[in-house]
Amino acid sequence: MKHALSTLALLAALSPLSAGAVEYNQVLPAKSSVAFTYQQMGVAVDGQFRKFSGQLSFDPAKPAAARVSFDVELASVDTGAPEGDAEVAGKPWFNTAAFPVARFVSSGVKAIGGNRYEVAGKLTIKGRTQDVVVPATFTAQGASGVFEGAFTLRRADFAIGEGSWAKFDIVANDIRLKFRIAASGK
Amino acid sequence: MKNHYTATAKSLHWVMAVLIIGLLALGFYMQDLPLSPDKLKLYSWHKWAGVTAFLLVLVRLAWRAGHRPPPLPASMPKPLQLAAHGGHLALYGLMLAMPLSGWLMSSAKGFQTVWFGLLPIPDLLAKDKALGDLLQNVHATLAVLFVLILVGHVAAALKHHFIDRDDILTRMLPARPTTEN
Ligand code: HEM
Repeated sequence: MKHALSTLALLAALSPLSAGAVEYNQVLPAKSSVAFTYQQMGVAVDGQFRKFSGQLSFDPAKPAAARVSFDVELASVDTGAPEGDAEVAGKPWFNTAAFPVARFVSSGVKAIGGNRYEVAGKLTIKGRTQDVVVPATFTAQGASGVFEGAFTLRRADFAIGEGSWAKFDIVANDIRLKFRIAASGK
Repeated sequence: MKNHYTATAKSLHWVMAVLIIGLLALGFYMQDLPLSPDKLKLYSWHKWAGVTAFLLVLVRLAWRAGHRPPPLPASMPKPLQLAAHGGHLALYGLMLAMPLSGWLMSSAKGFQTVWFGLLPIPDLLAKDKALGDLLQNVHATLAVLFVLILVGHVAAALKHHFIDRDDILTRMLPARPTTEN
């Protein structure tokens, strides 16, 4: 009896720890997506990036301690047309030969209620770095969890689309990025 | 005058003639250009003009249903009359199929058409690359067929005018005061 009680007490003492010990840290690329939408002469056009990777550590119990860095392979862009893919890989756009990846590195994560968070960080594309705040929701799904969110960047801030593309009459300045990042915990 | 087409039929014929020849020329020209803002602009204009042509052919078919064209001259041999009717049928078919295939192609490729940048035309198909490429081939093949039939159409009209010396061409031209009545 005494033995059983002490076991219970031990379990009780451990349980808060074990409940908070799920840390999501393994990005699952096959279940994730990085997509974008922009306006081309008033028409919404969608695209996506097929290759990306990331490191993260996120414990829902300790969001302020969360960290994430995320890389997108820009040459993996899918604009919906092969000649579009070739064009945006080129110098006026991403210049993937010199700048193959876009990188986001978080500087702080803030819980803003419910399952919503604000991830502040630095976004670097084509050698230019901007501070951004990315809103995201987190949903636990069994052993893994899914971060979802969207934010708008201005392509001119990163010199994406130079020269004859620099005006916004054909391709708008605002690019809406939508991500779904699945991660497993341990 | 009774042998003339209605003023509405003539207007539709000539407005669409200009529009379609323009669409064919623009279509062949634009698709060879390297990607540039101008190319995207031309693509949009092509799509807007193509949707306009589609609407006009619907009006034209509705008008045609209620107004028989003047008969072909009795002097024309039966096989040639048949060929004329067949050619006109093919032209109507192409006037419908050309814009329809363009619209379907754009839908399948995931590039929606927004008429004059203002009115979104619903996408008829979900995004599907293989289907988009197939429809692009259909659109291009129909375009070549269209050019061939148009060449025949124009050649026939000119033959009527200069060789047969009948009224087939003039009855589609704007009415002028005539001395015959
Ligand atoms: C009477 C109407 C139309 C005519 C005569 C026409 C004619 C043409 C021609 C000649 C081409 C070049 C084909 C080639 O050699 O590849 C072309 C391409 C094209 N057309 Fe049309 N067209 C018509 C309507 C439309 C419509 C309504 C749309 C879309 C809403 C459209 C969308 C396109 C596109 C996107 C291309 C380029 C295909 C590519 O290179 O990716 N067209 N058209």
